[in-house]
Amino acid sequence: MYAQVVEGSGKGAKATEDMTPEERAFQQKIDSGQKIEPKEWMPDGYRKTLIRQISQHAHSEVVGQLPEGNWITRAPTLERKAILLAKVQDEAGHGLYLYGAAETLGISRDEMYEQLHSGKAKYSSIFNYPTLNWADIGAIGWLVDGAAIMNQVALQRTSYGPYSRAMIRICKEESFHQRQGYDIMMKMCNGTEAQKAMAQDAMNRFWWPALMMFGPPDADSVHSAESMAWKIKINTNDELRQKFVDQTVPQAEYLGLTIPDENLAWNEEKGSYDFTDPDWDEFFQVISGNGPCNADRMRARVRAWDDGEWFRDGLSAYAEKHSAGNTNQGVENV
Amino acid sequence: MKADSDLFEFLLRMGDNTLVLGHRVSEWCGHSPVLEEDIALANVALDLIGQTRMWLDFAGDVEGKGRDADALAFRRDVWDFRNILLVERPNGNFGDTLMRQFLFDAWYHAILSRLAGSSDDRIAAIAAKAVKEAAYHLERSADLVVRLGDGTTESHAKMQAALDDFWPYTGEMFAADTIDTSLTSRGVIPNLAEVRDEWDETVNRVLADATLEIPDGTYQHKGGKQGTHTEHLGHILTEMQFLQRAYPDASW
Repeated sequence: MYAQVVEGSGKGAKATEDMTPEERAFQQKIDSGQKIEPKEWMPDGYRKTLIRQISQHAHSEVVGQLPEGNWITRAPTLERKAILLAKVQDEAGHGLYLYGAAETLGISRDEMYEQLHSGKAKYSSIFNYPTLNWADIGAIGWLVDGAAIMNQVALQRTSYGPYSRAMIRICKEESFHQRQGYDIMMKMCNGTEAQKAMAQDAMNRFWWPALMMFGPPDADSVHSAESMAWKIKINTNDELRQKFVDQTVPQAEYLGLTIPDENLAWNEEKGSYDFTDPDWDEFFQVISGNGPCNADRMRARVRAWDDGEWFRDGLSAYAEKHSAGNTNQGVENV
Repeated sequence: MKADSDLFEFLLRMGDNTLVLGHRVSEWCGHSPVLEEDIALANVALDLIGQTRMWLDFAGDVEGKGRDADALAFRRDVWDFRNILLVERPNGNFGDTLMRQFLFDAWYHAILSRLAGSSDDRIAAIAAKAVKEAAYHLERSADLVVRLGDGTTESHAKMQAALDDFWPYTGEMFAADTIDTSLTSRGVIPNLAEVRDEWDETVNRVLADATLEIPDGTYQHKGGKQGTHTEHLGHILTEMQFLQRAYPDASW
């Protein structure tokens, strides 16, 4: 997901009898479905985990501009170019709401950027894969946004008010993103042999990274129990992954694309598909910095930030000079 | 009926300006100095590409050879493009991009607000729609030029350097050729001298607020409107037209 490996306090969910009265009241509130709002008391671990999760999500939206931005200048028609611009603009907007939601927990956007640029904060592994042909733009909308929606729809019910409200806004736009991705895939799959080959190539490269978006298997996901008790995570990684596979296989069949998994088969008994686990070694390599594009993505973001310093400083200096309370100018003019 | 070649040329000039500038602006996607600017620039590029479709679709209809906006955008070579040289200049630093945008917006807004009263109904309709977007673009680019010009010593120096660089590319916006004068006499487009007056007024006011000085040199480059471009346009087209050129039989 956009927040794949969010470290918790490392202690797992607390048993009710181990809770302080404040913690117990907090948990009861969550259990009864009430939202937690910024000014209310919350356990430190809840605050920290949420900051990690929301900022990972925000960073993913921001870094996620890069692989799609890679094709804006090469989009094949004016309409496709306009749609892609609108989509990438939405993503930057999602980043903005999410940074805003994280800021309500007492961290500034600059601090979050600092964590991203220093490598301390993570973003979704998916954006460390390259976009190599135009069908990749379709595959990102269809598979990547499709996977993201699975999680985000559930997160509309998350316990933290500002995060939940951000998700509600984001989900409305994400479903348009997924549709435009599928629309590109339809066009490619009904197109020339070269276009079909591009679509299959995109499928082959994006299938496994899309499955990895849901994070490691539940058995290895040490932080899940606590996050689920706090309702900052709603479904387990494996549940969502299964749901994604079940939803996507018929869509791929309709497109005439082959999913690159020999073991993919309908399991009548469990009423869902069996499929091969992605290569988790690759996943951990990518999130620890060794994916195909990690260095390029970070270099682009750090350069944008560093090159923009004079711009931000210029705006601040102007605001300072022209603020109502500033009398320096008056003095100089005397 | 013989195609109205003057009108066709004029529509290409409008559509190619927005197409090429939209392309340049979109190159910033994900790389701008703050997230709000990423959003704003994507929005500007989106407006420009949307306007391109209106101008070039109309151009294709006037030409009457069955070409639509995509055919014109993706299947013409450099010498058939009619944009002014200013819009194909490279992005440079963020200040360069903003200065180029401001100098263009001030002209584009001034001409659109007059084209909204064009004797050609379709031009009037396109302009009436586009002028609203252009007003917002101008407000934004002018505001940032002022803030950065009157910001730090460094931001001032960068904006002055940007102005010095782009100034010799502004005259082309007002250099009327026989196509312009003929269309002006038909009431299709305004007199470019009038557009210049409004542009001068806007630019002088904004640059004064920005504490920037208009360069002394009077030399002005031109040629883009007639199809003689800088080396940059070929590279823009190489990138922009790649898929349509590499896969001419495909539909996207």
